[in-house]
Amino acid sequence: MTEPSTPEFIVQDIITALKDKPGALLPILHGIQDALGYIPADCIPNIAAALNLSRAEVHGVISFYHYFRETPPGKHTIHLCRAESCQAMGSMALEAHVKSKLGIDFHQTSEDGQFSLEPVYCLGNCACSPAIQINHDIHGRVNCEKFDQIITELESLA
Amino acid sequence: MSITIYVPCDSSAISIGADRVANAITKEAEQRGIAVNLIRNGSRGLYWLEPMVEVATDAGRVAYGPVQSHDVSGLFDADFHNGGTHPLALGLTEELDYLKKQQRLTFARIGITDPVSLDDYLGHGGYSGLKNALNMPAADIVKCVTDSGLRGRGGAAFPTGIKWNTVLNTPSEQKYIICNADEGDSGTFSDRMVMESDPFVLIEGMTIAGIAVGATQGYIYLRVEYPHAHKALNTAIDKAVAAGYLGNNILGSGKTFNLEVRLGAGAYVCGEETSLMESLEGKRGLVRYKPPLPAIKGLFGQPTVVNNVISLASVPVILDKGGEYYRDFGVGRSRGTLPVQLAGNLKHTGLVEIAFGLTLRELLYDFGGGAVSGRPIKAVQVGGPLGAYLPESQFDTPLDYEAFAAIWAVVGHGGIVAFDDTVDMAIMAKYSMEFCAIESCGKCTPCRIGSTRGYELMDEIIQGQNLDKNIPLLRSLCDTLLNGSLCALGGMTPYPVLSALNHFPEDFGINKQANID
Repeated sequence: MTEPSTPEFIVQDIITALKDKPGALLPILHGIQDALGYIPADCIPNIAAALNLSRAEVHGVISFYHYFRETPPGKHTIHLCRAESCQAMGSMALEAHVKSKLGIDFHQTSEDGQFSLEPVYCLGNCACSPAIQINHDIHGRVNCEKFDQIITELESLA
Repeated sequence: MSITIYVPCDSSAISIGADRVANAITKEAEQRGIAVNLIRNGSRGLYWLEPMVEVATDAGRVAYGPVQSHDVSGLFDADFHNGGTHPLALGLTEELDYLKKQQRLTFARIGITDPVSLDDYLGHGGYSGLKNALNMPAADIVKCVTDSGLRGRGGAAFPTGIKWNTVLNTPSEQKYIICNADEGDSGTFSDRMVMESDPFVLIEGMTIAGIAVGATQGYIYLRVEYPHAHKALNTAIDKAVAAGYLGNNILGSGKTFNLEVRLGAGAYVCGEETSLMESLEGKRGLVRYKPPLPAIKGLFGQPTVVNNVISLASVPVILDKGGEYYRDFGVGRSRGTLPVQLAGNLKHTGLVEIAFGLTLRELLYDFGGGAVSGRPIKAVQVGGPLGAYLPESQFDTPLDYEAFAAIWAVVGHGGIVAFDDTVDMAIMAKYSMEFCAIESCGKCTPCRIGSTRGYELMDEIIQGQNLDKNIPLLRSLCDTLLNGSLCALGGMTPYPVLSALNHFPEDFGINKQANID
C-alpha cells in the first residue's frame, strides 16, 4: 500500500479526482506539476491507463507545452520575458546578466540546485517592462541591479 | 470614522511594490491609531503612476503615486488620509488627464471597484445587461450584438454577432462558449486587467452569450502566466454561483449556464481558436483545418462560440445600453471602443480605452508621452508579435481595422510597443522568425520549416553575408509563409519581418534604392 505522502499516492489522488472531467489531461498534468514541481516519467503509464490513452500520447502532450517539465526544477524557478516590449526596455542586457550571474542558460538548473531559468513569452506586464517571474512573484521594471538585489534577498531567506 | 484607502491588487502594480505599500499602510495606520478600511481595487491602468494609492474624500477619490513603501510614513505625516498635499499627490483621480480623455465602456468599473466584490459589481451597473437579456428572445440578443458592430477584439476582428448567429442556428443538444483568455501577444494586457480587475464583467458577458446561442457550458481558457487572474476568476465564479448568477436556474429564469476556468501551458499557438480547442480536449495544441468552422463543429465536435476576453466583456454594456449606444462610438466599420495598451519604451505606459479613430501619433505622444528613454521613437509594433513594425512616417494612421489593413498592418488585440532609435530592426526581424520557430505547432510545413530557415537566413543577413541573394530569398520565404501556412502564426510572421525590411532597409545592410529594386 502506498503512503498518503508519497509521490505515487499524490499522483494517483490527482488522477482519480480529475479523470472524469471532459478533456482531463491538461488539468491532471497541471495538478501533478503543482504538487511535485514536475511530471515524473514514471507517472505517465498511470495517466495513460486512466484516460484510455497510449503512453506516447501522454508524452506527446507533455512535450508539446513549454510550461510542463519532466525534470525536477531548482529551488527557485526564474521565468525571464523575452518578448518585444521587454526587449524595447533592455531585456537582452538583463538576459545576458542573469545567465552569467547564475552560470546557466535557458532550460538549465544551477549546479547547487538553487535556480532554474526558463524563457517566457510575455507575462502581461508590458507596461512595466522588463519583467521576470521568480516562483509565483512577478517583478516589473527589472534591471541588473534590481535582479541582483532580489536574488540576494532570496538567498538570505534560505 | 474609518478612512477608505485603495491600493491596487493588479499584478503589474504588485510587480512594482503594491503589496508592500498595502502592508506598510496597514502597519503605519495601526501604529498611529488611525482606523483604515483598506480596499484592494483593480488598476486604473496608469502604470507609470503605479502603485497608485487612492483615498476617499468628500470631493471624490484623491490619488497619490507612484508610491513605494518607504513613502508611506511621509504620506501619513502629510495627512494624505484626509486628502493632504504631498509631492506624490496627483489630485482627484477622475480629473487626471490620461483618464479624463478616455471613453471607458468595457473598462467602466476597472480600478474603481473591489474586483471580487459582487456587491460592488452590482452597485456599479453590473448584471443590468444579463437582466435585460433574460427578458429577450435569443435571436434579439444576437441582433443587439450584431447591431452594436462589435468585432472580435482578439485580433481577427470577425463580427461577433455573425459568429453567435451561426451557433444559434446550428441545432445541437450541447453547445459551448469558450473565452479565449490566452493573451500571449507581447505588449498586451487588457485581458489580464479585465480578469484581475473586473472578473464579473467577463462572467456576465459569457452568460449572456450562453443564453443567446443556447450553450449551457462555458470554458475560460486562461494562460498559465496569469495566476492572479486565475484566482480572481475562480473567486468570482464561486460568488456568482452562490448568488444564482451562474448554475442551473439563473436568477430564477430556468436557464442554465455553468462556467469553468482551464489553464493553458505556455503555448502561444493555443491562442489560435482551433488549437485552443484541441488543448481544451486534452491534446497537443495542433491547429485544425477550417472548415468546419468552430461555430458549427467546435469543442468536442459541437457548435462553439470562441470569443476573446474583451469581446465578451463588452457584451454586458451593449445589452445594458443597447447596440446603437455602442455603435455610436468609433469610425467606419470599426465601431465602439478599443482598449489600447501602450507598452515598451514609453513614458506613460498603460491602458487607454477610446473610440476607434485616434491616430497612432496621438496615442504615442498625447497619451504615451514619447519614449521614456528621452530618445526619438524609431518604430512601433502594433498588434502583437505578428503585427507589422511601423515607422514614424506612418504614425498618422488612425486606429481603425481598415486603415491599418490599407498600410499592410494590423490592429490586432490593440497592443502598441514602442522602440526608441537604439533598436536594430534586423535583430527584431530575426527574433520574429525565432519566435515562430519556437511556437510553431508543427502541423504545416511553411511554418515549421520556414521559420527555422528564416532564422538562419536572418543570421546570415545580420552578418552581411550574400545580401544580393539572401534578401530576395527572405522575401520569397515570407511569401511562402504568408500564403502557405495553416494559421496566422506562420501566415503573419512575415508582417513584422517584411515591414522591418521595407521600412528600415539600412538595418539590413542595404540602402533604400536596392530594397525597391
